[in-house]
Amino acid sequence: MAATQATVAQTEAQDPFDPTQAIPPEVLASVLPADVAAEDAAPIEIHPDIALVERAKAGDTAAFEVLVRQYERQIFRTAQHITQNREDAEDITQDVFFKAFQKLEQFQGNSKFSTWLVRIAVNESLMRLRKRKTSKTVSMDQDVETDEGSIPRDFAEWRPNPEQNYSQSELAEILRKTIAGLPPGFRTVFTLRDIENLSTEETAEALGLSVPAVKSRLLRARLQLRERLSRYFRQSKEATK
Amino acid sequence: MNCTDFLAKLTDYFDGQIDPTLLVEVKEHLGTCHHCEVVVDTTRKTIDVYRGAQTYEFPDELANRLRAAVMDRCKTVGKYPDVEKRASEPVAKHS
Repeated sequence: MAATQATVAQTEAQDPFDPTQAIPPEVLASVLPADVAAEDAAPIEIHPDIALVERAKAGDTAAFEVLVRQYERQIFRTAQHITQNREDAEDITQDVFFKAFQKLEQFQGNSKFSTWLVRIAVNESLMRLRKRKTSKTVSMDQDVETDEGSIPRDFAEWRPNPEQNYSQSELAEILRKTIAGLPPGFRTVFTLRDIENLSTEETAEALGLSVPAVKSRLLRARLQLRERLSRYFRQSKEATK
Repeated sequence: MNCTDFLAKLTDYFDGQIDPTLLVEVKEHLGTCHHCEVVVDTTRKTIDVYRGAQTYEFPDELANRLRAAVMDRCKTVGKYPDVEKRASEPVAKHS
């Protein structure tokens, strides 16, 4: 009995995987592939979309439907913001997911699945705009060289909660009219970065632009929208007295 | 820092990607320039109002119709690749 206890104690003392102790680097290196061990063995988080994409690639359409449900709203909004046309946005939403399904093999997981979808949506939307304006080329670069709105001119303060002065439908109408006045290149950057909440890097990737180009367009888009919304939301001079 | 320098840093300031030394200068400028303070406040409200509002409606009925059409096309092509061309046309009618 005593001999058995001694053996157990000895075994525990020699156990290199005591969870209360830091794992010595040489032990870690012996159980992990060289490249993982070298990266401080931080846990790797795999986005849940990756598993769904893999299942869809293997022919599981139910898995693909989950992805459609997850991103259909974002894709529709993006398309409608760029094209400013509801019917186009409906067609584009269908086309984006259908093309994504057909080209799933091309998605290697180097970016987020949602960013990959947004990139398809942007391309489809710009193509629709080109079709509609047959005499004019539409691209991400159209009209972005304008200086309009790049220097603030309106310095009126806004009401504390400007949106409370309008009904939901009135406010939506104001916001639609205002963003429709921006060149497509500015509108698209603002939509992805500020409405859909993509990071600057993701926006750059989705649009095929450099990060500085995204930042520059974003600044001008924000300032132009601010200037245009000010006429609706500014505090009247009487109210400030 | 003058107003032009400040404006050039506005995007980084909003995105919290500004160098700490520059951040001190930006805050100093904001403390003394009412115009720039208004620009920051109203630009932030511009972003917030777009982010919070439902600019374009996407009712469940529309979502269901579009999704059904997408899945129908995906399943058709999956089973019968030779009808891919027909299936590549949008099938859901507009509302």
